Amino acid sequence: MPAINVFKAARDQSHASRIFDLSEMPLRDLNQALHNLTPGSNETAWEVLHPKGSHSVAVGVDQPITIDVRGSVGYYCGGMNDGSAITVHGSAGPGVGENMMSGSITVKGDASQYAGATGKGGLLVIEGNASSRCGISMKGIDIVVHGNIGHMSAFMAQSGNLVVLGDAGDALGDSIYEARLFVRGKVESLGADCIAKEMRPEHLELLQGLLDRAGVTGVKAAEFKRYGSARTLYNFNIDNADAY
Amino acid sequence: MTYRNPPTTPRKSATFDDYTLSEIRRAAATGIYDIRGAGAKRKLPHFDDLLFLGASISRYPLEGYRERCDTSVVLGSRHAKKPIELKIPITIAGMSFGSLSGPAKEALGRGATLSGTSTTTGDGGMTEEERGHSQTLVYQYLPSRYGMNPRDLRRADAIEIVVGQGAKPGGGGMLLGQKISDRVAEMRTLPKGIDQRSASRHPDWTGPDDLEIKILELREITDWEKPIYVKVGGARPYYDTALAVKSGADVVVIDGMQGGTAATQEVFIENVGQPTLACIRPAVQALQDLGMHRKVQLIVSGGIRNGADVAKALALGVDAVSIGTAALVALGDNDPRWEADYNELGTTAGAYDDWHEGRDPAGITTQDPELMKRVDPIAAGRRLANYLKVMTLEAQTIARACGKNSLHNLEPEDLVALTIEAAAMAGVPLAGTNWIPGKNGF
Repeated sequence: MPAINVFKAARDQSHASRIFDLSEMPLRDLNQALHNLTPGSNETAWEVLHPKGSHSVAVGVDQPITIDVRGSVGYYCGGMNDGSAITVHGSAGPGVGENMMSGSITVKGDASQYAGATGKGGLLVIEGNASSRCGISMKGIDIVVHGNIGHMSAFMAQSGNLVVLGDAGDALGDSIYEARLFVRGKVESLGADCIAKEMRPEHLELLQGLLDRAGVTGVKAAEFKRYGSARTLYNFNIDNADAY
Repeated sequence: MTYRNPPTTPRKSATFDDYTLSEIRRAAATGIYDIRGAGAKRKLPHFDDLLFLGASISRYPLEGYRERCDTSVVLGSRHAKKPIELKIPITIAGMSFGSLSGPAKEALGRGATLSGTSTTTGDGGMTEEERGHSQTLVYQYLPSRYGMNPRDLRRADAIEIVVGQGAKPGGGGMLLGQKISDRVAEMRTLPKGIDQRSASRHPDWTGPDDLEIKILELREITDWEKPIYVKVGGARPYYDTALAVKSGADVVVIDGMQGGTAATQEVFIENVGQPTLACIRPAVQALQDLGMHRKVQLIVSGGIRNGADVAKALALGVDAVSIGTAALVALGDNDPRWEADYNELGTTAGAYDDWHEGRDPAGITTQDPELMKRVDPIAAGRRLANYLKVMTLEAQTIARACGKNSLHNLEPEDLVALTIEAAAMAGVPLAGTNWIPGKNGF
């Protein structure tokens, strides 16, 4: 499990963080330095200062390190992350954690559109709210949002889990495939082929595990409803054309 | 003697021709639109409507078998640390594993590598067959993001952000259930056997300002090493080219409506988008207006068949062309040797386009293990290499006749048009006149 490596990396900080100040050094040098890390490197704790809404902060990282970003970021922070544990101490612009492979990203503030888009794995935690299209086209990622999510979230979601402690906007899970959606609050409306489903013991167990991994306390899995695909649009049938 | 009125010859409607009638009957019987592969089949203004002038008293030719005529091209020199250099200006267009069989993808890689050119992945991720057998591999970044991962991004030689394709500008990919084998399903993270209809828009960006940020992200992930292409269908070539350049693309790829697809609606293929010929001059004009012609390279695809088409496209200002359908034919697609099998499917060699059904007698557009055995990747790769060699020699023959020591020195002044339409689209004079429709005030 990549997550174990991540937490191990976080515990093993026997030395000071490597600090990278984006007000003094260009973004390109930050990402290059992160990509230059090799397995076993002892530079396992990184701190990024003054991001000031920069796009593409810490993208394509493929080592089990921790990265603390002190401030808000622009588009695609942690894009294609593969094993690192990134914490954004601020809010994140569109596409945070897009196409994440493994590892984790935690956003202390809010996230804009497309959070976790097409993510293949890992854990994305938004401690605030997430905007529209959260988890769009997700392919295995786990996303936990403490607040609410906007419209068209989990559009064409293929696999993985989306957990929302607050409410979900319009057209949740439109054209969803095999992803699982757990919403604790109100769902404004469900999208094409997305239905409420029975919460069986295995789902409660799965959800509790996700809540634990995301550091959520005081909330029980039983408070959520599960949504997923009715699977009626999986093979084209002309009599379903009105659904689109 | 009785007088009999002379009979009239039965007359079929040009509007309601046999094909149209059959399509109405088919729609009425099935209640679903027709889905097929390939590109536009209707007659369109094309490279056939252009002619080269050749040498004369005022232009002298190069010796055909003695004087050198350069064919190489460098792609991605604008921003990439590692631009790619191809020996010939003919690349293999993106075609997915899933729509094509593994042996077919391998054959494309083998043929392209023998010829010193590139192949391109498709809407299904990167396979070992194509990475292993393609010296230069362009990795497509598509709306679906099936199989997209940073490791493959870094082992690609270039990245192509696909906004659209010529057969269906504004449409997403389509792969019907019968072609979703275990392996295809796993690569796409989808259940086996379901119809897979990819998104038509990218999930995490919309518009040119976002595209610029997306390109920045891909450059940052790959440490600014890889050339980044932006591919669009032939819709608004002037503005699409200008916006791709503004967004930071190294290479712009424009695919006209004759460009093939694995599967989409017939009505889409035949009625949306512009012919390849109509796309080239506006795209070149956009590059020239921005001072970026030859700095950002232009690749054009859709109906390129021979060296004359290559030479004409280059003369109009493109840097390279791309082939898909023609490459499949070189591998063995629609070969008359399988005529009996085509007949069983209700079609004939040369007309088979139900690539989405996965029953391709030639073993190319299928995931059927028995059918795909009909493609010998080594022999088919050799045929593709032969074909690419012939196209290159043909283009060189024409270029030398026009006095050019490089294919890229061909220019619009070497061309005339046979029809007013082609003259207007290509911006070259109608043969025998100095008239370019739309220029000089009329």
